Amino acid sequence: MTVARALPAMLVGLILLFLALPIVVVMVVSFSSATYLTFPPPAFGLRWYSVYFGSDDWLRSTWLSLWVAAAVVVLATLLGTLAALGIARLPKALRVLASALILSPLIVPVIVVAIGIYYAFARYGLVGTPAGLIFAHTCLAVPFVVTSVNASLAGIDPRLEQAALSLGATPIGAFFQITLPLIRPGVLVGALFAFITSFDELVVALFISGSGAVTLPRRMWDDLLYQIEPTIAAVSTLTIVLTVVLMGCAHLLGKRAAA
Amino acid sequence: MSEGVEIRFEGLAAGRQSGVRLPWRLSWRPVMPLLLAAPLLLFMLVFYALPVLSMLMRSVNDPSWTLSHYASLPGDTVFLKVFSNTLYTSLTVTAGALLLGYPVALSLVRAPRYAPLILFLVLLPFWTSVLVRSYAWMVLLGRHGLINEALLAAGMIDRPLRILNTPLATQIAMVHILLPYMVLPIANALRQIDPSLARAASGLGATPWATFRQITLPLSMPGVAAGVLLVFVLALGFYITPAMVGGTREITLSMLIAQQVDQLNWAYAATLSVLLLATALAIIAVFYRLPGVGHTLRASAR
Amino acid sequence: MTGAGRGASVSLSNLERRYDRVAAVAGVSLDILSGEFLTLLGPSGSGKSTTLMMIAGFETPTGGDIAIDGKSVVAMPPYRRNIGMVFQNYALFPHLTAADNIGFPLKQRGVGKAEREKLVREALALMQLPDHGERYPRQLSGGQQQRVALARAIVFKPRLLLMDEPLGALDKQLRENLQLEMRRLHAELGITFIYVTHDQEEALTMSDRIAVMNGGLVAQVGRPEDLYDRPGSRFVASFLGESNFLPAIVRGVEDDIVVAECEGSIVRALCPGRPATGEKVMLTTRPERIRFADGAFASTAPQNRLSVTVTEAVFAGERCRYMLQARDGTAMVLKEPSSAAIRRRAVGERTEIAWSVADTILV
Repeated sequence: MTVARALPAMLVGLILLFLALPIVVVMVVSFSSATYLTFPPPAFGLRWYSVYFGSDDWLRSTWLSLWVAAAVVVLATLLGTLAALGIARLPKALRVLASALILSPLIVPVIVVAIGIYYAFARYGLVGTPAGLIFAHTCLAVPFVVTSVNASLAGIDPRLEQAALSLGATPIGAFFQITLPLIRPGVLVGALFAFITSFDELVVALFISGSGAVTLPRRMWDDLLYQIEPTIAAVSTLTIVLTVVLMGCAHLLGKRAAA
Repeated sequence: MSEGVEIRFEGLAAGRQSGVRLPWRLSWRPVMPLLLAAPLLLFMLVFYALPVLSMLMRSVNDPSWTLSHYASLPGDTVFLKVFSNTLYTSLTVTAGALLLGYPVALSLVRAPRYAPLILFLVLLPFWTSVLVRSYAWMVLLGRHGLINEALLAAGMIDRPLRILNTPLATQIAMVHILLPYMVLPIANALRQIDPSLARAASGLGATPWATFRQITLPLSMPGVAAGVLLVFVLALGFYITPAMVGGTREITLSMLIAQQVDQLNWAYAATLSVLLLATALAIIAVFYRLPGVGHTLRASAR
Repeated sequence: MTGAGRGASVSLSNLERRYDRVAAVAGVSLDILSGEFLTLLGPSGSGKSTTLMMIAGFETPTGGDIAIDGKSVVAMPPYRRNIGMVFQNYALFPHLTAADNIGFPLKQRGVGKAEREKLVREALALMQLPDHGERYPRQLSGGQQQRVALARAIVFKPRLLLMDEPLGALDKQLRENLQLEMRRLHAELGITFIYVTHDQEEALTMSDRIAVMNGGLVAQVGRPEDLYDRPGSRFVASFLGESNFLPAIVRGVEDDIVVAECEGSIVRALCPGRPATGEKVMLTTRPERIRFADGAFASTAPQNRLSVTVTEAVFAGERCRYMLQARDGTAMVLKEPSSAAIRRRAVGERTEIAWSVADTILV
């Protein structure tokens, strides 16, 4: 290999190292035996995992985050899928308006969304409740469901529905037998994104989780204010594994849907 | 009403009637799609749009209708410093992401053998939460973090550098976090370039560098513009990373807004929010006029 | 059921489809007989597909009526019309196997599982795909997908089958095989076929009758040979096969033959109407029906003759193709079956051509 070819390859290699390094370091630190944060660790062990699994606070937050995310998945997927089906058939002016509302959380800076929700939810009495988190996270997750379902709807040949009708299927029958199975990968991808969106969400939680509904990211944040000990590395490693597995699924599903 | 859409999605909107000589699908047409979309639209109005709007309204109706909150901004030195710092941070982060992102995008498209590995390494941070990644940079950049330890061990410094809690830490961490948003649209644009164009160019006597500069680079510009737009707008609103690794001296607009809310200074927080939102929207509006950007953005959103 | 009753009759009267102010179909009246193979032939934008979509029920007419077996179906949704349809690119359901695709219409009609499987097996056998039932559409070749789509459209025994350019995506060889197969199928089933295509050769090969469409209207309906031999308009003459057009001036009418002056010679042409003497008209004749008339040439049939100059000569395998120029500059094409025994004409050669009066039409 000549220098002219090796140089760009090395450059890209360094950039990729830059991408991967922080995550690798967190994972390595989580297996540290040291009582303070240091790298490289003097020795390896599972002590920070046992701290995590032995802590009621950590486990309570984990369960809360998991079931809030699960509720968000149900709500966002149901509302988002129905809306995607409807919006595609709306007259253009209405379609543009509805899409703008639904997709805007992708554009509006999250701090603005967070304090807006905090401002109103304080009056609704939703601050510090899991319900408040579920409603807020659903609004943040819905754009992913709608875009994902929309993309798979757009990939369906309109003649398939016509074919089903010409073969005697009623419109409802055509939807359940043809359209729904064909958009299922898109719906699943949307659901996975909704889960991750809620599970990882911090900014809104900072404002509205109060003391009554402390999610996992919120507890990590609070913990970081006091100490940088490797428990967080252990929690981070667990969430990295969880999200990477889920997103890997979404990626493969998305690829299959596109094929 | 566009005919094309009606034809496509007649299915659900079908009504059943036989006696009347009305076209069979006129009856339900506008109602059914609206019924499907209505629950979500209502939900988002109640739990998102109205909350955000009523908060933003505090910038003009606190204590009564007034524009004084906006009028005082140009003379507000704290705001001016924070705003320019936010823009500066976004700019440097965007430039850094472009510098690092373009080669990665190029290798993603040009080196098919390594593409899955590269894609995984790009997506891995993309899928990890911002909180975890910011935490990772705290670990790396701290006094006893990997960077300092490595530099000390190599004898390049004799005292730990202060990186954590400086703007530099914010910039490094944000480039890392936003890099995938730069790589993916550029890779998308590069992938759409017909490979025979490069072959034609070299057949016509262009060196590889000339081919890249005169063919590949110009044709990938819509992707670059889309990536720049995404990274810049996302960087503008960043809160967690600067708050975690950037220290308290050079804060960003998001952090100032959060501080004001903590002090229940809603009118000021709302004014700053409007400004932040308006800046983001203005930049999006400008970029959307550039040819090809809207299309590339939508394509990479998939 | 009797043979004649197996196919539905379709009657379009003054059928119209307007989008805003543009008429895609501008008043089509057409009676399609029970058991007939009728082709709607026309260039893109001629309204043939829109007409088909209205018969299927996917487009609502803005005027006129569609009657199937004498009963108006305009207000009937497509899923109740009981019409088989083969779509462009087939529209096979990608998530269902070939067998499930074919079983789909039976399932909609509540046919039991055992009966369904039997009918699907029969349909697969009829299409010569007995072992392909468990495959998904993407695992089938283009021709196989086409046959599955056909099987799916006829398995529920509709009395009318609509086909929208079903062979458009296939290569020439396969297309010709499937054309024959469809003819065979039509004869076997005895149901009415309405076939849409822009390919005139396909239309000529398969149809009982062809309706040539142009600009949202039916330009001419008739048997393939009638349309080819007696095109009623310049559009039909040029769209269906190749034609020469000769401007002429009417000099008189004898029975149903018009005598006209063309390129300084007198030519005769078949003519349905009675054009006035002195009227400027257009005569048409097919390139393969013209012969060089300077060698040993004899014919008992009445002939038209012109002197021409050869401007271009192309050897194309089974035939030779000559571009000719008449005295006043009108360009003509002549096609001659190739043979080693026939002398090839050279460019620049001046010669005489002749063709029969029966092959000359006033359009």
